[in-house]
Amino acid sequence: MAVVEAHDLRRVYKTHTGTIRRRVKEIEAVRGVSFAIDKGELFGLLGPNGAGKTTTIKMLITLLIPTAGTANVLGFDVVKDPREVRKRIGYVFGGERGVYERLSGYDNLRYFAELYGVPPKVQKARIEELLELVGLKGREHERTEGYSRGMKQRLHVARGLLHDPEVVFLDEPTIGLDPVGARELRATIGTLTSAGKTILLTTHYMFEADALCDRIAVISQGEIVAEGTPAQLKSRVASGAVTEVEVFGIPDETVERLRSLEGVMSVWVEEREQAQVLSVQTRADVQLTAAILGHLNGSNVGRVSHREPTLEDAYVALVEGE
Amino acid sequence: MSQAFRLFWTGWVFNVKNLTMSGFFILNATISPIFFATIAHYMFASGARPGSGLVYASLGAGMMGIWSSVLFGSGGLIQWQRWQGTLEYVIGVPPRLIVVVLPMTVATASIGLYSIASTLLWGRIIFGLPLDFVHPAWFVVALVGSIVSLGLLGLVLSSTFVLLRNANSLSNLLEYPVWLVTGLLISLSLLPGWTRPISWVLAPTWGIRGIRYAALGGDPVFPIVMCAALGLIYLAIGHYTLGYFEVRARKSATLALR
Ligand SMILES: Nc1ncnc2c1ncn2[C@@H]1O[C@H](COP(=O)(O)OP(=O)(O)OP(=O)(O)O)[C@@H](O)[C@H]1O
Ligand SMILES: [Mg+2]
Repeated sequence: MAVVEAHDLRRVYKTHTGTIRRRVKEIEAVRGVSFAIDKGELFGLLGPNGAGKTTTIKMLITLLIPTAGTANVLGFDVVKDPREVRKRIGYVFGGERGVYERLSGYDNLRYFAELYGVPPKVQKARIEELLELVGLKGREHERTEGYSRGMKQRLHVARGLLHDPEVVFLDEPTIGLDPVGARELRATIGTLTSAGKTILLTTHYMFEADALCDRIAVISQGEIVAEGTPAQLKSRVASGAVTEVEVFGIPDETVERLRSLEGVMSVWVEEREQAQVLSVQTRADVQLTAAILGHLNGSNVGRVSHREPTLEDAYVALVEGE
Repeated sequence: MSQAFRLFWTGWVFNVKNLTMSGFFILNATISPIFFATIAHYMFASGARPGSGLVYASLGAGMMGIWSSVLFGSGGLIQWQRWQGTLEYVIGVPPRLIVVVLPMTVATASIGLYSIASTLLWGRIIFGLPLDFVHPAWFVVALVGSIVSLGLLGLVLSSTFVLLRNANSLSNLLEYPVWLVTGLLISLSLLPGWTRPISWVLAPTWGIRGIRYAALGGDPVFPIVMCAALGLIYLAIGHYTLGYFEVRARKSATLALR
């Protein structure tokens, strides 16, 4: 049996616009999302801003009631049995909000340990262990208002793990962490799965998803557009290779012309410090480097390279294809 | 049971600590009652019962501090947690929301102890207030009973104010009238008869009566029993309204909004 199951989850938000003539506007944030996560699996939910990832998570962790559809965690329905679900899950939202700023990190943890019913005898040891795990040891008695953003975030991670939950929901846990901190947190997430925890993770860092996730669902505009292992996604969507060309000022028409080339799957341009990097993703059966360079004729061209598709390529193709 | 007690105790300590760390809140709880006590002193000094009148007024001023602390602390509690971003974390824990919120509202009432302490101390030091109470043990019982019943009243405020749009202005409107109608400032017998029922359903009326009887003479038992009875009614109302708020907030997605 799957540990987390979502069946055709939907969520509509009602917002009000206008001050004098108030109109109700409906936003369909999640439109029929279904998936299942097995025990011990690390499942990634990827998608652009506003795709509905956080909304989906909040329905699963009982903070939001779905407009339609059902979901259960460890066999407990998230609407009918919220308390049973809450006992068994931990959740962490990225970002620094949500700590009691006037109190110390230790006090914050102590309070939530009690709320989560951690037995008094083990509380102390458990908190020490988690402080060690997230690297806040030595700073735990300072008021959290003096913590850096990353420290608050790590405090959230510790808080989410206090009661040793079987299922952990992590919504962009590494956002805003420094590279070393983010790497450490990824290692921590890795140890959680090896301890048999089931994890749902969202992130905007594709390499992170690639490194951590056993399975990924890509969600766009409230619907799942692809699902599979990172390898499957890469091969399914980006069965081709990527040619990267360093350019210095590329006209939009040229990008459009490249897009229309036979065999080109997607084209995107990223700004770098002094130059731009043009990436052209092509089907595996075509060799287009010469044609691409031909179209760039006249532009100042720098380094040209060729690489296998990454998860990011697959993601871009999927999301752009929408 | 012992677990419920632990939960309440830890929550109370945590929230008292949290409020105590707020300089503004504490300053407010200690300083403004002193002003009222001082004004009352000059009013009563020219009146009929100098010594005991002063204690009478100081206790009333202390109770005013407790009420203000509950009104602003509990009334704005959920909104404040929402701003801080902690609401989404405290609502997602396994115990019922009331178990989380009750220690918070009782904590806001407990901060009012600073008010009682400051008015009595001020009266003692500046005006040589006599502090030899008639029934010291009953005084403690009445004080604790008042704080708990006001904390329970805070539970009602916290869950109803959050459902109202203009809760803040409502808080401001309710501060002084409640001081009056519960007899903290002046004797209830000076108020028109139609205000009587309002006085009776408000815990500060009975709390201050119990405290004054215990301090100055009189039978404090009945007022304390009334505090307890009202407390139970507040608990029932708070239980219902908080449950309603929780479901509504999860439906309308207002837990995270600022
Ligand atoms: N409380 C709310 N009230 C109204 N609309 C909301 C609310 N929360 C989210 N939305 C809307 O629902 C949609 C999905 O939002 P959601 O936060 O789930 O996206 P997301 O995939 O988590 O995005 P991001 O990557 O930016 O975190 C967005 O259009 C958002 O504006
Ligand atoms: Mg999000």
